[in-house]
Amino acid sequence: MIDVKGLRKSYDGVEVLKGVDLTIHKGDVVCLVGPSGCGKSTFLRCLNRLEEPDAGTVTLEGQEITDRDIDAMRARMGMVFQHFNLFPHLTVRRNITLAPVHLKRMTQAEADAKAMELLERIGLADKADAYPNMLSGGQKQRIAIVRALAMNPEVLLFDEPTSALDPEMVGEVLELMKELAHGGMTMVVVTHEMGFAREVANRVIFIDEGVVKVDKPPKEFFSNIENERLRTFLSKVL
Amino acid sequence: MNLAQQFETLSELARNGEVLPFWQDVFVKFYQAFLYEDRWTQYIQGVGTTLLVTAMALAIGVILGSVVALVRVTHDQQRRRRNPVLGVVNAVLKVYVTVIRGTPMMVQLLIMSMVIFASSRNYTMVGALTLGINSGAYVSEIIRGGLMAVDPGQMEAGRSLGLDYLTTMVRIVIPQAIRSILPSLGNEFIILLKDTSLITTIGGKELLYAAQGVMNRTYEAMFPLLGTAAIYLVLVMIFTWLLGKLERRLAQSDRR
Repeated sequence: MIDVKGLRKSYDGVEVLKGVDLTIHKGDVVCLVGPSGCGKSTFLRCLNRLEEPDAGTVTLEGQEITDRDIDAMRARMGMVFQHFNLFPHLTVRRNITLAPVHLKRMTQAEADAKAMELLERIGLADKADAYPNMLSGGQKQRIAIVRALAMNPEVLLFDEPTSALDPEMVGEVLELMKELAHGGMTMVVVTHEMGFAREVANRVIFIDEGVVKVDKPPKEFFSNIENERLRTFLSKVL
Repeated sequence: MNLAQQFETLSELARNGEVLPFWQDVFVKFYQAFLYEDRWTQYIQGVGTTLLVTAMALAIGVILGSVVALVRVTHDQQRRRRNPVLGVVNAVLKVYVTVIRGTPMMVQLLIMSMVIFASSRNYTMVGALTLGINSGAYVSEIIRGGLMAVDPGQMEAGRSLGLDYLTTMVRIVIPQAIRSILPSLGNEFIILLKDTSLITTIGGKELLYAAQGVMNRTYEAMFPLLGTAAIYLVLVMIFTWLLGKLERRLAQSDRR
């Protein structure tokens, strides 16, 4: 579904990604793990070109993503950010409906109905007319996920979705992500939540020194560790 | 005896070389500064022109400033492939901001009226245009600062949903920037209001010009100048109060 070939990206002469190749299939739940600064977030952001890669290609369903049709491609890939990035000047409902209505995917009425249905599903229907400042971190992040879902994306990208949350709110967000995964959504998740990776992902990927070092199902990934640096990394986080 | 008669008697005495007691002297000067021949109407007309010039300059400044700020922010936010046309326009605008902010307003006014519009007799309009162009440079920096103060994550979130740059700017970034821009813009407005007094030097018929007219006829400076200062002060206080109200309203909607 997503084909990444030879992806390179450097910042100020330091090469963060040194030619990443990766294929993500429909229905995959891929967790990217690795030490800070290893380029996993950069990789994720290169997928929808929030960062412009220096070299290499990203293909979605056989269509290469370039700058020209970038908006249409981004609409097919939802993204969830570490800091939620809800629009503070809009109500929850408008946060969710803005893009689908503006891009003429739905009428305002249809989008409102869809927003309510999604909010119902995550138990936040009563917050439809609230503003983001009035919500807890966990609620914000779940609404950010719903905002991405409202576009009916083919794949969801998560950039450390629980890293900015208070510990007691991590659970509710992971629970929603788990639900989506079980519903067959294709997901690429940059995370430090090893429990989530072990339990929900079907592939766990270790990025180190700018390339994919390990790409295995979680069972093997966590039990059968051959890579020395992965061993060091896991011993620190587990 | 009414004021006019009293004034006639006292000024007659003064003309004949009599030294008037202090309060009678003050009365005569006050009367001839504001009331004689209905001179107060000249001040009122001056205030009208001052407000008109301020409004026009502000309109020019805000429109010019917004355009300059948007172009410059758009240019700065481009990534690898840079648009050459935008680059040229950006360079021109940078020169504009640098030149305007780097030269005195007075010099700009003189250049505009004596060099560029040397043949124009509509000094008030030339003054308004100059103030507007001047204000535009400052406003553009205010707006640019406001736009850049919005969390870059907001732009990313908008773009990640498939909205294009302009839509994200208009629907998401600008509404949030306005909250931080408005107070500084109000400040700029007050500065502009006071700076209109400078167009007197090129012959713009605003408040200070009216006061100078009276001074030239009476050879008395104190009351016309103090009166002018008082009128500016009252105007500025009124607008400061209005801006404070506006800010409080914005702050309220922020807390929602």
